[in-house]
Amino acid sequence: MKMDKTVETTRLERFLDSDIWHSFKKSPIAIIAFVITVVFLLAAAFAPLVSPHNPFDLASIDIMDSSLPPVWMDEGDARFFLGTDDQGRDIFSTIIYGARISLLVGFASVIFSMVVGITLGLISGYAGGRVDAFIMRVADIQLSFPAILIALLIDGVARGLVPKEMHEELAVYVLIFAIGISGWVQYARTVRGSTLVEKNKEYVQAAQVIGIRPGTILRRHVLPNVMGPVMVIATIHLAIAVITEATLSFLGVGVPPTTPSLGTLIRIGNEYLFSGEWWITIFPGAALVILVLAVNLLGDWLRDAMNPKLR
Amino acid sequence: MDLLNINNLEIEFPSRRGTVKAVKDVTLTVQPGEVLGVVGESGAGKSTIGNAVIGLLEPPGRVSGGKVYLKGDQIDELPAEEKRKIRGRRIGMIFQDPLTSLDPLQTIEQQLVETIDLHLKLGEEKSRERAIDLLDQVGIPNPEDRIKHYPHQFSGGMRQRVVIALALCAEPEVIIADEPTTALDVSIQAQILDLMRKLCREKQVGMLIITHDMGVIADITDRVAVMYRGDLVEEGTTAKILGDPDHPYTKSLISAVPRPDVRLKRFPMVNYIEKEEDRKKDFDISTHWLGQARDFDAVDGSLVEVKDLVMQFVAKNAFLKKNRKMFTAVDNVSFDIKQGEVFGLVGESGSGKSTVARMISGLYTPASGSIFFGGDELTKIKSQKEMDYYRRQMQMIFQDPFSSLNGRMRVMDIVAEPIRFHKLTSSNAETEGIVMDLLEHVGLGRQAALRYPHEFSGGQRQRISIARALATRPRFLICDEPTSALDVSIQAQILNLLKDLQEELGLTMLFISHDLPVIRQMCDRVGVMKMGEMVEIAETEALFKTPQAPYTQELLSLMPKLDKLSHSGLEVEG
Amino acid sequence: MVSFLLKRLLQSIIVMLTVALIAFAMFQFVGDPINNMVGQDTTQVEREALKEKLGLNDPFLVQFGRFAWNAAQGDFGISYKYKTPVSDLIFERMPATLELAFVSAVLALVLGIPLGVYTALKRNGWLSKFIMTTSLIGVSLPTFLTGILLILFFGVILRWLPTFGRGDVVEIGTWATGFLTISGLKSLILPSFTLALFQLTLIMRLVRAEMLEVLRTDFVKFAKARGLPDRSVHFKHALKNTLVPVITITGLQLGSLIAFAIITESVFQWPGMGLLFIQAVSDVDIPIMAAYLVLIAFFFVLINMIVDILYYAVDPRLRSNDG
Repeated sequence: MKMDKTVETTRLERFLDSDIWHSFKKSPIAIIAFVITVVFLLAAAFAPLVSPHNPFDLASIDIMDSSLPPVWMDEGDARFFLGTDDQGRDIFSTIIYGARISLLVGFASVIFSMVVGITLGLISGYAGGRVDAFIMRVADIQLSFPAILIALLIDGVARGLVPKEMHEELAVYVLIFAIGISGWVQYARTVRGSTLVEKNKEYVQAAQVIGIRPGTILRRHVLPNVMGPVMVIATIHLAIAVITEATLSFLGVGVPPTTPSLGTLIRIGNEYLFSGEWWITIFPGAALVILVLAVNLLGDWLRDAMNPKLR
Repeated sequence: MDLLNINNLEIEFPSRRGTVKAVKDVTLTVQPGEVLGVVGESGAGKSTIGNAVIGLLEPPGRVSGGKVYLKGDQIDELPAEEKRKIRGRRIGMIFQDPLTSLDPLQTIEQQLVETIDLHLKLGEEKSRERAIDLLDQVGIPNPEDRIKHYPHQFSGGMRQRVVIALALCAEPEVIIADEPTTALDVSIQAQILDLMRKLCREKQVGMLIITHDMGVIADITDRVAVMYRGDLVEEGTTAKILGDPDHPYTKSLISAVPRPDVRLKRFPMVNYIEKEEDRKKDFDISTHWLGQARDFDAVDGSLVEVKDLVMQFVAKNAFLKKNRKMFTAVDNVSFDIKQGEVFGLVGESGSGKSTVARMISGLYTPASGSIFFGGDELTKIKSQKEMDYYRRQMQMIFQDPFSSLNGRMRVMDIVAEPIRFHKLTSSNAETEGIVMDLLEHVGLGRQAALRYPHEFSGGQRQRISIARALATRPRFLICDEPTSALDVSIQAQILNLLKDLQEELGLTMLFISHDLPVIRQMCDRVGVMKMGEMVEIAETEALFKTPQAPYTQELLSLMPKLDKLSHSGLEVEG
Repeated sequence: MVSFLLKRLLQSIIVMLTVALIAFAMFQFVGDPINNMVGQDTTQVEREALKEKLGLNDPFLVQFGRFAWNAAQGDFGISYKYKTPVSDLIFERMPATLELAFVSAVLALVLGIPLGVYTALKRNGWLSKFIMTTSLIGVSLPTFLTGILLILFFGVILRWLPTFGRGDVVEIGTWATGFLTISGLKSLILPSFTLALFQLTLIMRLVRAEMLEVLRTDFVKFAKARGLPDRSVHFKHALKNTLVPVITITGLQLGSLIAFAIITESVFQWPGMGLLFIQAVSDVDIPIMAAYLVLIAFFFVLINMIVDILYYAVDPRLRSNDG
């Protein structure tokens, strides 16, 4: 027990002494990006507590408040900081709730992609031969179709398969599946590449000589050593997933308007763009870009920090 | 006036953990037609000197003091453009790896002509003629045809000749060669060194050769500078430094060099660089866990026997099986290893010696042939469970200390993994106690268990590997080039350790190396392999004294002559 | 060379068959094709007759074979919604998409490669850092939002450029081109830039990464050690070696432009295949979805073939077997 304690402290010390932590401390961009991401995450997680209004509580919405501009403009209303949309919902609150949906779909599909991609990548890289050839061929084929197209196809097929009223309910899951399944290739390719490198390293051969079975070798030895690049991809993929979700929702095949995501809000607002009510679409758009940019900056920094050669 | 004068050179590498002085106050001179060797182990700072002289120090490294003169002109403070004009024209550079030194997308003609025309302004036609002439001089047959080829169409040795031609093509006054033969096989190394010395003498070029290899130093240099951790500890003629060194580091270094001509009982104390923890014998091996349960089934005859072993790899894949091109890595190899014997396998790269080791350890499945262990035919066993019984008795030590340990695991878990997997103990506390004892026994100390591999040096990591291999209490140990990635003093320590363990535990060993002197120090019998075939098997001393096969004779004749090296302090066996 | 190409051709055929199988599966499992073709008042007997006539009672393989054979000839059946042959619908709209994708591809390459090389060579310069940061914004800006912003700025506020449609087109044979009229060219500006932006940043970042990789290799160091000037080291040796990996990914990226155009076409109401497809998804118009999928796969295979041939031209290691 006593020994474990020393190890615990060394773990923390190891992290505080690591190049990653030092690079983070020295990079203002990374810190800002990190703070923005965390703020978004917290706001999304605690949306009911944070947002000034509940935009989906029909009782609290007054149609008289519709299409109010942001507070600093002439007709602005102090209750609605960023103005209201055509139905009188507070834009600021819809953004927080929208980010909640966007991030939920984003995270869920990233985790889905990760699990599928890492598993297939490990198997492909470790087994080699025909299994590898087959998985990689499938990956190649899929790679030729942009994620958005695959997601659209899956959504279209889902529409054909399930009745309309059920589709509304299932839309979020279909979306997670569609975005998730279109993203696994990246993980699989990276993990396969790293696995090919790792499996030829002598520590894996040493484990084989001891007699450790392939499953355990993959889990205990190979997996921890391929997670570095995976984390980088996952970060960047989160940004892509959020964008993809927004795009699908913008195209009208994403989440239903009853639980709007940022993309849905932009789509709704887009109709009012020409009539001068720019705030309905611009603010959700800005929120989306800031969130994605922060995550991308974080991913970009992480990649450089993990690959010191590039600095 | 000196041809090249490096005066009080200092090089430092700033990092967030403080500035590292890679080179401290080093002064060297090179005369025309002279070969100066700079020798040292890793971390000595020798390579940065070469890069600093030609102005190609990798950032963040920088020259923090001293001057460099070429024929009396100071060149270290010239503007970048002037420095560039000196590179290639007045100072040529040869790097270690010929496989990566040439642009793969250009013919060697394009690369030669570009360089020649740039420096000598001969025009395309004249440059081409000169290029062909140069290729002829460096010993490339049919230079008129070969010049049109791309680098990948040349073998490693031939590519290094092309690199030399490129370095020489503008008639530089000085050549800096950074480990020019380290990536090459012994037989090719000898040819390249001969070529370099010949060209140096003929053209009266001064050469600075940077190496870790005493064989290269003995072979080619006139004078030697010995570096240790950034300091120039000793300098003098090659005969003096090798035969009668003054500085304790040089003495330690030279005593650690494996000799081709004699077999030592043990390497003398080589603790100058890295002190091993005293290998306390505070437990009696015969009563300790490690020494117990060693009463394996008795074997009559050989412990390990290999019969007609064949291994093939796919060289060129094809959809149809008949179109597949197979490369035979091991071709009908047979030998046996007696109980308690150290059997050596020696050969150049591609000879198949490591493949044999991997087949015996079960990493590769042979295409045909059989492997017997203690009389049981391993190649017939299908079940993993049954195999585990033999795996426990047979462990392996690998070449690369940096990749043979999983960096994400603590040393404790690395060494305990085989014990836990084979369930050799009854409690975790017992396992951890045994691991600590093992670490102490290989000279690392008990505290090592709590740390991670990256906190250790290459030699220490190799000790961890050895501890892991011993953790199943094996009776047969396969050592695949266990020291070829290590510095020579560390190599001596590890070889000593292996010798000791072999005696203490009565281990049977298969010892694989490309290095004949190392083989001579370690093995009782040796098999010589060439291109997948076993050429000769003999008692070690007999093999070195009266080699039978022509290939063995050739290999022995190409070994660097180290007879000039000081013999003081060595305990010769037999 | 010939055997290599044959091998690639075989692989391409397998890819096409796989995609055709997916497309075919969509017909099989999604909705009832008969229901989609006939009115409510059709009797069961008539339906059965139609089913028999369309061969929907044949064994799976026969049906798939027929589907693949027809698809290879460009016949994907009748659109559920428009009740006209899908091939007519698609070919009518193909020029719009291809012209858009072509202009975007040229933009992405012409700007992306030099910017990538520049940022790699001067990687610590302020301009490079600025470009890199800006490029990250480019990656973070969803295509549809780029489109909206461009429309708002150049269309609504400045009123300089048209914000939807292709403008006037000229028919050359069956190909309706927007290249030959002023309004056609003007209409191209915003959509093509929108479509190019994302690919541009990707290509730029890729070229930069590969270039940095090559600049660290031994042969670049050896070239410098021979005194070759930076110009030669960077462009003659480094850039050419960078191209080998860049070609593959760029090829794939440009291939995906055609599919990526879905979003752009939707934002700018560009009458191309993408717009047709997105409407088909909303309407579950399976024949159009299937045809589009197969067509995209075909472009992908085509581009891959071109990439392979380019590989041959660039890399001598592939050309000779005597290495």
